[in-house]
Amino acid sequence: MRQTNGINRNDLKFFTPGVIIITIFACLGIFSIIYRLIFGLGAATNLDGQYPWGIWIGIDVASGVALAAGGFTSSFIAHIMHRERYDVITRPALLTALLGYTFVAIGVMIDLGRYYWIWHPIMPSMWQGNSALFEVGMCVMLYVTVLYIEFMPIVIERFLGKVNFPGILSILNHTTEIILRIFNRFLSKSISLFIIAGVVLSCMHQSSLGTLMAIVPSKLHPLWHTPILSLLFLMSAFSVGIAMVIFESILASRSLKIPFETPVLSQYARYIPLLLWIYLFAKVLDMVSRDSYVYLQHVTLESSSFFLEMVLGVISPILILSSRRLRKKVPWLFTGAALTIFGVLLNRINVFVIGYSPPYATERYVPSIMEILVTVGLISCIILLYRFFVFHFPVHHAFKGKHYEG
Amino acid sequence: MTINRKDFLRTVGVLTGAASISTLNASIQHNVDLDRLGVLSDLTLCIGCRKCEFACNKSHGLPYESIDKYDDPSIMENFRRPTSTQHTVVNRYPEKGNNGLPLDVKVQCMHCEHPACASACIVGALQKDPKGPVTYDAAKCIGCRYCMVACPFQVPQYQYDNALTPILMKCDLCYDQNIKNGQLPSCVAMCPREVMVFGQRKDVLALAHERIRTHPDRYIDHVYGENEVGGTSWMYISSEPFENIDLPTLSYECPSHLTENIQHGIFKGFSGPILLFGLLGLAMKLYRKDEE
Repeated sequence: MRQTNGINRNDLKFFTPGVIIITIFACLGIFSIIYRLIFGLGAATNLDGQYPWGIWIGIDVASGVALAAGGFTSSFIAHIMHRERYDVITRPALLTALLGYTFVAIGVMIDLGRYYWIWHPIMPSMWQGNSALFEVGMCVMLYVTVLYIEFMPIVIERFLGKVNFPGILSILNHTTEIILRIFNRFLSKSISLFIIAGVVLSCMHQSSLGTLMAIVPSKLHPLWHTPILSLLFLMSAFSVGIAMVIFESILASRSLKIPFETPVLSQYARYIPLLLWIYLFAKVLDMVSRDSYVYLQHVTLESSSFFLEMVLGVISPILILSSRRLRKKVPWLFTGAALTIFGVLLNRINVFVIGYSPPYATERYVPSIMEILVTVGLISCIILLYRFFVFHFPVHHAFKGKHYEG
Repeated sequence: MTINRKDFLRTVGVLTGAASISTLNASIQHNVDLDRLGVLSDLTLCIGCRKCEFACNKSHGLPYESIDKYDDPSIMENFRRPTSTQHTVVNRYPEKGNNGLPLDVKVQCMHCEHPACASACIVGALQKDPKGPVTYDAAKCIGCRYCMVACPFQVPQYQYDNALTPILMKCDLCYDQNIKNGQLPSCVAMCPREVMVFGQRKDVLALAHERIRTHPDRYIDHVYGENEVGGTSWMYISSEPFENIDLPTLSYECPSHLTENIQHGIFKGFSGPILLFGLLGLAMKLYRKDEE
């Protein structure tokens, strides 16, 4: 059944020149990961005794979690606040979150010295309730599971009544159909519990990521170290979650050649300035109460980076997205969302990499080529998988993939 | 009534999951013994012979050279830090000692009273033993290196060159091989100048203050580690202010105090998340009514 307002996948090739470049980056990333697994962290990274964490933690993990916040913010707005008009962007957001978190887990594994023991924190004998990292780890693990469950209805919609394995596997058709039916009945009744659990788990680990660096008052620059770091992380996760949904919806529309969801997106974007104002207010209040603004009077890498983060990443999106007129124009909407994302991304990099100064470092940490290749490669993999899922599952309502054929 | 039963089962499932995580919050306490051990390192006595480095590497099965090689002071021209093959190193500060003599400073794990590394550790591989030492269990460690981030003294080191089975390296006060058998830590036993005094922390602390009181001309009035980051098991007295010999100036509050308060404040009995879950569920219901 082909719908007239949709665009058929057959009109669009999976591989475009852009996608081929991304595939090359993905391959380079995978090669670098293999190199790291064979030759170790010392050979692949510029990490050392002074800088135990680099961009793999700062970008792949900490920023990855923040940028995947679109999953819980959109499910909160669409399902808990019942703003059904936003339904069109909820599924893409869910898919981004699912892929984002999956790759956060992969990013962590690559960074772990003993990646094959990544399951250790689950064992009750090794539980460590004092550790913010333990809380982050447990929450991310549970949340990934919840995301996969939340994605199940999309899989069911795609395959229910259409299960058709090729060749000999076709004897499994009936069984799979029954399993899908059971899942469908279970999920239709309990999905709201998982949706709420997803929001709760997100709030928990988004904030605890901030607690991670609250333990180093003597090493993290006072421009960022504050007892309310976890609160700031949570608040910035809210705003970046919404910005990511807008950013990604515009990019997907362009790439898939489907109409922009402008009316929905510009309404969605209203939340960003509001949330950023609250964030800015808390940040300024905190800086004034702890006198940390004094570090802004000298030009250093830290102060410049901080300035960039606040002006370009917080104040300018507020200015752009506060204007009702600009919000209705796709380029401005895109710029506003992209700047918000830039701000949060730079904030996480500042907190985990740039603002971190160990006491005996002789020179500053700069990521190695391999580290950069892995980070770029993982992001490329996310984009490719996103494209794959969009082509094969009912994610974008205006884009009719393979499932609509026949 | 089947729906009710399902609802009940679901609720039980969620609650037991939550409760099982909450029990571990209460389980970890800093219960250090009153007679816990400590070391006082009197830097005015050290001559920089580096025999402690030799003894340390030998007793930990780490690579070491013949003992005479350690007499060569040229290596001390460079500032060194503990590495993945050396738990302790001695640095020389020319003319920083009394009477224009050099001041030699042995660095190693400080064995904090409330170690940030142990608080940070995701699997409890690092532990503050009630007897004083901060110990490490490589069988638990997953290699996240958060302890290295958390340590205010930047002591723990990682075997980055080991691709498959890397472990964390740091001074353990020779807990397993010596202390448990009633022996001194290897460096303390080796030192020809008795720079280090090993005993109950409260006794060596009293000794530190005694020495400062009786020789005010010889020492500055500061026992490093008495209060830094909430106190450490290893303490120093010196003729030179500690910031001049690369011992960082740190707050007297232990850094894990803040993070543990946040963790336990929010997650006490898992009340925060459960409350949020309830509120969101309520919001979901109310908004639905709104829409209708």
